[in-house]
Amino acid sequence: MPSKYNTFMVYCILCLIGISTIFPFLWMLMTSLKDANADISNFSELLPVTMNLDNYRYIFAETDFFRVFLNSTFVTVSITIGQVFTSSLAAYAFARMKFFGRDRIFLGYLMTLMIPGAVTMIPAFLILRKIGWIDTYWALIIPALFSAYGTFMLRQFFMSLPADLEEAARIDGCSHWGIYWHVILPLSRNALLTLGIITFMGSWKALMWPLIVTHSSKLYTLPLALSRFNEMNGVQWTILMAGSVIMTLPMLLIFMFGQRFFTKGIMIGAVKG
Amino acid sequence: MQLIKKSNIQRNVVAWGYLFPNLSGFLVFTLIPVFLAFALSLFRWDIFHAPVFVGLDNFRDLLGFSWRDGVLAANDPEFWQYLGNTLFLMMGIPLNMLVSLLIAMLLNRKLRGIGFFRTVFYLPTICGGVGLFLLWGFIFAPEIGIMNKVLEAIGIPGPPWLTDYYWAKPTFILIGLWGAMGGTNMLLYLAGLQSIPPELYEAARVDGAGKFQQFICITVPMLSPTSFFIFIMGIIHGFQGGFNAAFVLTQGGPAGSTTTLSYYIYNHAFQWFNMGYAAAISLVLFALVLVITIVNWRFGGKNNAV
Repeated sequence: MPSKYNTFMVYCILCLIGISTIFPFLWMLMTSLKDANADISNFSELLPVTMNLDNYRYIFAETDFFRVFLNSTFVTVSITIGQVFTSSLAAYAFARMKFFGRDRIFLGYLMTLMIPGAVTMIPAFLILRKIGWIDTYWALIIPALFSAYGTFMLRQFFMSLPADLEEAARIDGCSHWGIYWHVILPLSRNALLTLGIITFMGSWKALMWPLIVTHSSKLYTLPLALSRFNEMNGVQWTILMAGSVIMTLPMLLIFMFGQRFFTKGIMIGAVKG
Repeated sequence: MQLIKKSNIQRNVVAWGYLFPNLSGFLVFTLIPVFLAFALSLFRWDIFHAPVFVGLDNFRDLLGFSWRDGVLAANDPEFWQYLGNTLFLMMGIPLNMLVSLLIAMLLNRKLRGIGFFRTVFYLPTICGGVGLFLLWGFIFAPEIGIMNKVLEAIGIPGPPWLTDYYWAKPTFILIGLWGAMGGTNMLLYLAGLQSIPPELYEAARVDGAGKFQQFICITVPMLSPTSFFIFIMGIIHGFQGGFNAAFVLTQGGPAGSTTTLSYYIYNHAFQWFNMGYAAAISLVLFALVLVITIVNWRFGGKNNAV
């Protein structure tokens, strides 16, 4: 029997935690709107007195930030679409087709899930160097188009779909491609979106891989450009925070949009090794 | 018979067609690199000259100890320091588990707006990255950071946070706690709490157990599979983590106090071009993760999905 008082206390604590979660985001936004010469450490000025977009204007006009933003968008969108596509194809083969070596290959996929990224990172870099792809968009995109984890997750999901619908489609003369495209994929919308969102966030945030495979600043992605911003432009917190807002905002929007597809999916995501 | 065989081959070809795009990438960028890493660890190679086969020398230089001036000293003291850093940062795991559980218990009730809070608490998990690390650098900046301004206002002299050898790691633990306290672990705990049959609590109440006793005698043991899973996953991630935050905020300093194993691997491979040595460190990391994974298989309950 939850009393009124108890309920009130719970709400109070929840609000406190919520404020501590939101505050840093808010502080980032507010700092980015402040004048570069303002007293930026004055916390009583949570709402800046003189709000303006000068920092944003500066970062787009005086630095390469627009190109960096386009780089990030291009790379991330390519990876997301590509990874969901190749993973769903492979997952369909593992879940719905019989072929030589299927279970052994799937076991191979599973085994690699527990291998730290640091192990494969160095040889993968050397392979790309051999091909001559270092410092190209290829190096940023191609290695991320495949995902053992995504294949595993979608395969588990496809296995859980009832076989009846496919039977009907097959009797109607549907090919494998028809079943994959017209039956399995539409039924898996939420799982595909979940994998897409996880992939998007992961590659939008990725720092180490772009750092390794690019040298020239024309290929920089947002995380890389931001982490290098201070050494290239000197410490200017208000401008840096404007850059941080530009990096964080798309993730926030995707999260808000994807949230409802996603609540089940993160539990699957939780299993990622 | 002939017909069956033909359709069999055809079926295989079609299936491999579906598999090919993913499998080719998997082979070139995951499976082959794993084997190459083992081979690479036996060489000394700066990528500009020809690689030199050195057998297990890299591992001896990395893990070995030798007598120097009558003292037994590690061949690579930095490795042990950075391993220590990595383990130190893992103290954030029990802290995260405690806070996650408390938040899950707060959310485990039928109140209006619970879904909203869950979304808000999950925000830092999903929206992290370099932008937020930079923000923390700003918040914890000793002179102009808001953290020390607030502490100053209530009369506490603020510590030097990320710029100090001893304070840097605890600061990273704090940042990590903020970033994950309402995240996936909390959701796992919430699911765990919801699977505890309410009759258990009723029986305990009838027997006169207080809230705290119920927590200790029912909630904690019933959640132990979840806790075990979270703990194991935390350690596995912990061994591999720490690069992004340290790269953005401290470059591994001051005096190497925030350099983790993955940062050390990055430095050896891509700053100093000791490819073989870096591969050797990465394999030691692999071995550590493997041991934890085996512990999970051996002792984990029904939750050991990976």
